[in-house]
Order: sequence, then structure tokens, then C-alpha cells
Amino acid sequence: MNKPVTRAKPRRSKLWLTVLPMYAFTLVFVLGPLVYMFVLSFLERAEGWGVTNAFTFANYQNILNPIYLDTFIESFKLAITSTLLIILIGYPFGYFMAKLSPKWKKRVMLMLMIPFWTSSLIRLYGWIIIFRANGTLDKVLMAVGLTERPLKLLYTYPAVVVGMVYALLQFMVLAVYSSAEKMDWSLVEAARDLGASPLQAFLTVTLKMTLPGLLSGVILTFIPSMGLFFIADLLGGNKIVLVGSLIQDQLMKAHNWPFAAALSVVLMLLTSLMISVYKRVTHSTELEGLL
Amino acid sequence: MSQPILELHQIEKRFGDTQVLKGISLSAAQGEFITLLGPSGCGKTTTLRIIAGLETPDAGRVVLEGRDVTDTEPNRRDVNTVFQNYALFPHMTVAANIGYSLKLKKRPKDEIAKAVDEALALVQLTGYGKRMPSELSGGQRQRVAIARAVVNRPRVLLLDEPLGALDLQLRRQMQIELKALQKRLGITFIYITHDQEEALNMSDRIAVMREGRFEQIGTPAEVYDRPRTSYVARFVGTANVLTGTVKAVDGDAMTLACADGCARVQTLGYPFKDGQTVNIAVRSEQVEFEKSAEGCGLPATVKEKSFAGGMLRIALALADGSELIASRHGIDIGVAAGDKVDVTWSAFHAVPVDVEGAHE
Repeated sequence: MNKPVTRAKPRRSKLWLTVLPMYAFTLVFVLGPLVYMFVLSFLERAEGWGVTNAFTFANYQNILNPIYLDTFIESFKLAITSTLLIILIGYPFGYFMAKLSPKWKKRVMLMLMIPFWTSSLIRLYGWIIIFRANGTLDKVLMAVGLTERPLKLLYTYPAVVVGMVYALLQFMVLAVYSSAEKMDWSLVEAARDLGASPLQAFLTVTLKMTLPGLLSGVILTFIPSMGLFFIADLLGGNKIVLVGSLIQDQLMKAHNWPFAAALSVVLMLLTSLMISVYKRVTHSTELEGLL
Repeated sequence: MSQPILELHQIEKRFGDTQVLKGISLSAAQGEFITLLGPSGCGKTTTLRIIAGLETPDAGRVVLEGRDVTDTEPNRRDVNTVFQNYALFPHMTVAANIGYSLKLKKRPKDEIAKAVDEALALVQLTGYGKRMPSELSGGQRQRVAIARAVVNRPRVLLLDEPLGALDLQLRRQMQIELKALQKRLGITFIYITHDQEEALNMSDRIAVMREGRFEQIGTPAEVYDRPRTSYVARFVGTANVLTGTVKAVDGDAMTLACADGCARVQTLGYPFKDGQTVNIAVRSEQVEFEKSAEGCGLPATVKEKSFAGGMLRIALALADGSELIASRHGIDIGVAAGDKVDVTWSAFHAVPVDVEGAHE
């Protein structure tokens, strides 16, 4: 009777050793940099290169400077616009995808995935070709006779929004899909049976049941859209500066590490705030469709 | 009889290549408890979904209180359903689930609260309003589903195997409660089950379904005592079905030649002729082990005895090799495996089935 127990015990007690590398990796490469960044944000930049060891709040005060604050506000506006468009397109997409036959689900999923096999940068250059003056879009519009002159679409706000929507749409689709896929459709029938019109049934049941997916999709698109600076740079020229671009500029061009760190900390706090709101609303601890 | 609450006229439904319903008709009176009884895949659930409006028939009409509702949306029919899996809204409390239909009707809040409390009391769940469905047991969810469906006092309540997921003991108890509830509310129930005992226990009338058709519609006594076909006889109460040839008709009864012996059976008023082949059904509990007064009987060999559910089940082999089941209350009846016996029954306990031209 005792034998298997005594035999199993040492094996189990050594089991934790196998997860040790993961914890070590996480500590060194995730927590370490975060702490470093946090500390950095309270230091002063040195003349020329690096930082001095003087403690200061100046970096955070600097964010309130209208130039930088505007960047935050503009980033927010762009993120909200992109996210709203992504919801409008992605929610119905994911919802109806969940209603397809298994065969078609696979096909649509494949079509969603294929673009990922190409570098996102290369796909963005594709948009440049489409949007630039006398580019594909202009030619088509002029050929059809909708416009007479080339529209200067590249390096405009709408071009950046299109780029954002294009880059992030599939996250919303997959998040909503995974929620809708799990849904028990007999609940909708129950609602209809109890007197709900199709719209009422959607609002009181379907929407509530897919809310975790929708909110998770919002987080997965809203947060990156504040930071995907290369989309704003490539499609918006230098007209649209996002928090992401600002951080990159401060770090790589101005060599102001502490200020870049402070901006990153604020961005991270905003992100964490959104995730905690998500958790409170959905009572869920994982992001739908993320895995 | 007053105007029927619900009428089905020649309903047909096809899914792809399968004709699921082949023209069924039914008429339900106010306050009647009708059970659709049949094996899975016979079209019971489809029938229910058509009444609820969740499915549209290819042909035929659904009439509710004299109004044709065949093409009416489910939310515009005064019919509610208790779903097989209960389909409770997991994101709402029990009270919100029950009050859902009233809230859609924009009833005042205090009126909804009162109706919800009454409905909870009706299913003996007073005080459970604030729980979430996930915090309830299967039996409690079942009760919530019933409360949610009756809170609106629909004209007809549809129940799709509502007790199927419950254990036997709870099922017995719920059968009694449901029947009492139905009597109290006076609502017409259309009830689906594949359990013939449940159907016999609860129903005013039973519609036995087979492959998209009603095989027989009648009271439990009619269906049990006078099955119209061998299918009904076997499905309801597992009767023995034998085939024989008419030897002599004498008034209300006749004698058949069957399996190297003779058997007595009622004629039910049908004009049988000598030499005609007839199927007869006889219940296992009516089978006796001595020759009848008329000297009629079938030679048989006892094959095995088994005891189940308070009944002794005796399997016998007839002379033509077919099997006959007899049953008795109690533990033993003094025959052993291998014994040669004569089995018989009184003419009154055997009925002819599958008689051509026989209709309700």
C-alpha cells in the first residue's frame, strides 16, 4: 500500500524544477526590464548619453506639456476611431462566421490567416501602392469616373485609420468568433419563444453572451492601435504622431531614456486599467480569443 | 366540445432528403394534457418546434384559438416552451430569467416582481430568485425553466422531454408535480417523451408517433388496452404480438390457430372471416399457464426467469420458435426453466392489431 506513495513522492517534489526555467526566463526578461523601465522613468537624463542617478518627477510632469499631451489625445482619438470601425466590421464578421458550417469555418479561418504569412511591413507597402497619388485606388476611381483628379490619400488621417483597421481586424474577428462559437443558440430560441423580437433577442441574449469576446477584441485592438507607430509613420507621413512614435523618437533619436520610460509607464497603466475594467465587466480572467 | 385551443392540420416537414413529418393532424382542447410518445428521431421535437414557431412547416396549418399562426413569428404566439436542455439565460438571475417575458411586455417592475414570486412559489423555489442558474441543481433548473414558461400564462405549454435529464426518483416526483401544476393552471400541455410509463402516468391523451406519423391517438387506457397496431402494442407496455389464422368467430370473440395451438381474441366488432390472417397483441401480465375454459392454449417451453422492478419476467419459447413474455407480481410462480406448459389468456385480454381499414 505504501510503496506507490513513497515512490511517487520524490518524483513529485522534483517536478517544480521543470518549471524553474520558465520562471527564471520570466523574471529576467519580463519583470526585469519592467522594473528597469519603472526606475528609469524617475531618473534624470545625462548630458549626451545615458542617465544620472538623481531622482525626479520631471519626466511625468513633462508629459503634461501640451505638445506631448496632444500626442496622447490624438493617439486616443485614432485608437477610438479605429476600434469603432473594427467593431462595426469585425463583430458581424465573427458572429456570422460562427454560424457557418464546419467546412466553411475552416476556409474562412484560413483566409483570415493567410495574410499573416507575409510580413506586416510588406503588407503596409501594399497599402502605400494603393493609396499613393496615381496609385491603384486613384486609377480605379478615375477609370470608373467617380473622381477626375488623383485624390491625395496617402499621408492622410483616413489612410492611417484604414491601415490600423486592416492590421488589427482579425483580432476582433477571432475574439468575437470564439465567443459566438461557444454560445448555446437554443438561448436565442428561448428568448424568441418568450416574446422577444429578433432584435430584442440579440440585444438581451446574443450580445450579452458574446460581450467577453467583443470586449477582449476591443482590448486587443485598442491598445496596439496606440502603439503601432510604423503604420502611422508609413501611411500618415510625419503628420500623425502616436504615443508609440513619440516613445520611439524619444528613445532612439532624442536619447531621452527617462522620458521615454515615463511615457511607457503611463501607456502601460492605461492598458492595465482597461484590462481591469474588462475583468470587472465580464468576470473573466482570460482574454477571449487570445489563445 | 368547445373550440379546440390548438389544431394541427396535415403538417409536413422535410429536412434535406428526409421527410421528418408526413402529414400529422392533432386537435387539443382547453386544459388537455397531450403526450407525443415515440422513439428518438420520430419527429416529436420537430412537431413541437413547429407549434412554437421555431420551425416552419412545408405544408399544413397550425391553428391557435381559431387563428392561423402557421407563418406567425414565435414571439407573437401565445405558446411557451420548456426546452430539453432548459435553455436558462446563464447571465441572468433566476428572477430575471422568469421575469424575462414580462419585462419584454414592459410590465411595471412591482408587477413583475410579484408574478416572479408567485411563479417561484408555484414550482416550490421560493427565495431562489437571486441565484444564478449555475448555482442550481438539475432539478432546480428544471423548475426554473417551467416557472419561466408559465409565468406568462400561455394558452399552450410545450415541454420537450423536460424530465429526461433527471434521475429516476426525481423524475417520478416531477411527474406528479407537473401533472398537479397543469391541473391547477388549466393550461393545455403538449408533452414530449420517449418513456411510455411517463406518458401513461400523466396524459389525458397520448399520440404515439412513428416515423413522422401518428400511429394512434387516444387515452392512456385506449392506447394500452386497444393498441391499433403491433407497433403501438410493442412500444406502449411491451405487449406480445402473435400471428394466427381465424378458425371460428363466435360473437364478440374468436378462436385463432397459432403456433401449434389455439388462442382466443376479441373481434372488437370487425368482420373477420374464417381463414383470415390476424395479428394479435396480448400483455405479458395477462398470460396464464393453464388451458382456458374453452380448452384453448399454446404449447410452450419456459426458457428463463428474471426479476426486475417488482415483476417476475418469464420468457417462453412457442412451438414455432417465437418468443413470448409472461410476467407476474411477486418472486416466483412455480414454473422452472425447461418446463413444458400451456399458455393462454382470456379472449377479453387479447386484441387484434394492424387490422386494415381500422380508423379512429
